[in-house]
Amino acid sequence: MTMEMICAGFGGQGVLTIGRFLAQAGMKEGKNVSWLPSYGPEMRGGTANVSTVVSDEAIASPIVSFPDVLVALNQPSIDKFAPSIRPGGILIYNTNMCPHGCKRDDIQVVSAPMVDIALEIGSQMVMNMLAIGIIIGKTGIIKHETMVDDLKDYMKGRSPELLEMNLNAIQRGVEIGRG
Amino acid sequence: MAKILMKGNEAIAEAAIRSGCRLYFAYPITPQSELIEYMARMMPKVNGTFLQAESEVSAINMVYGAAGCGKRVMTSSSSPGISLKAEGISYIAGAQLPCVIINVQRGGPGLGDIQPAQGDYFQATKGGGHGDYRLIVLAPSSVQEFADMASEAFDLADKYRTPVMILADGMLGQMMEPVEFKPTLTDEEIEKLGEQHTSWCIHPNQDGDLKHHHEINSLEIDPLVLEQHVINLYKKYAEIEKNEQRHEEYNISDDNEILCVAWGTASRVVKSAINELKAQGKSIGMIRPINVWPYPYEAVAKAIGPKVKKVYVFELNTGQMLDDVKIAVEGKVPVKFWGKVGGVVFTPAEIKEKLEECFKE
Repeated sequence: MTMEMICAGFGGQGVLTIGRFLAQAGMKEGKNVSWLPSYGPEMRGGTANVSTVVSDEAIASPIVSFPDVLVALNQPSIDKFAPSIRPGGILIYNTNMCPHGCKRDDIQVVSAPMVDIALEIGSQMVMNMLAIGIIIGKTGIIKHETMVDDLKDYMKGRSPELLEMNLNAIQRGVEIGRG
Repeated sequence: MAKILMKGNEAIAEAAIRSGCRLYFAYPITPQSELIEYMARMMPKVNGTFLQAESEVSAINMVYGAAGCGKRVMTSSSSPGISLKAEGISYIAGAQLPCVIINVQRGGPGLGDIQPAQGDYFQATKGGGHGDYRLIVLAPSSVQEFADMASEAFDLADKYRTPVMILADGMLGQMMEPVEFKPTLTDEEIEKLGEQHTSWCIHPNQDGDLKHHHEINSLEIDPLVLEQHVINLYKKYAEIEKNEQRHEEYNISDDNEILCVAWGTASRVVKSAINELKAQGKSIGMIRPINVWPYPYEAVAKAIGPKVKKVYVFELNTGQMLDDVKIAVEGKVPVKFWGKVGGVVFTPAEIKEKLEECFKE
């Protein structure tokens, strides 16, 4: 199984981190992974995107032309990348910042007011963890437990409330993803 | 050892330290800045020296000095910075000193941009600075290979007493992939490595006997002396050409109708296109030169199977390795080229389309 994913949003929304955690968890499950960020003279508020590939096969190109999964945290990301989602692929988007949504009817769509949910959990900062949860719930590309273990490892030595908030966000995301 | 998810820039820095590099001089430039940052963090922890020079010219001349002392030394930069180092690299080649230079290429010419490109192939493989010299040039195509090349580059530099360049690009520098590092050299092993150079390098002379001093120099004012020096250099390069050609074969078979040749980042994209076309029943092979100097001419020539109608070269430039492919092919089959420039990287879909057109021709 191979999953080619693009995550996109405003700089500062944590889209690069979504790809990084998925790649890391994929690696820990023994899969091949690659993580290729857009980089440039970019800043908070500008646009950012990352191509992540998680696969049982060796990865040839880390560049994703036609994603199996697009995670769009804002409308410009849908406008730019949704047309290239593979037919039957998945679009996950944040309704709070994507007022026009997506017109395609040949893809699966999971949408949620991610900003509202993140705030409800405790902070807008956990929106990317919510997105990771949705990806896991919807695709099953990596196991929920792997992600939880990896996050616990990463957050070691930091405040326990933050860990809990992040784990809650992933949990909520998984529920939304499973539908 | 467990795999670690790392950027190419960080992986090469870590691998260099594990290979015994304790001296690193550089000046920051995107897209290789994580490399210099990693060295700034880690060198003090291994009792090494990290020094951010006031310019690239200064950094390469610090490398010249350290290499003259027979120590494993490295510098890194990106395209415009490598041009600034070119004079020093020529001196180091002329003085026959071992060192490792990393070029994380970006778009050019001039200041260009900071996106991945392969426009420095000519500069790297044909010398780069002035005078008759060559660099051994290794071209990685994954983060793992980038890291593996650190120890290979230092070993080659030591073996032939010549500068070795690792020619990567912005994508390999910025991308994260899992890496597994080779075992770390111990301080004793590093010390021992230095001993192979005591016959020529500058080192403390305990008895103060000046008759045993060594001279490091690239100036030979007498033409007959310089002539012999350059002839000796070329004997060394001929030896390197004989011993150090390296390539990867991908999907090569007698059924191939097209033979692709691509290196570094470009080869990754071409592999994806070949995989998709293979699934449709088409037979395409690829040769990826791993060392781009010395160039694997024979391997390219040998890969032209009985059914190959065309050789197709893909690069992120306007056709530089193309010249070497033409030398290898010797006009036996037509050689086509397609590239993207300015830091724009082609996609698997674009390469697939080009190859499909080629089948129809």
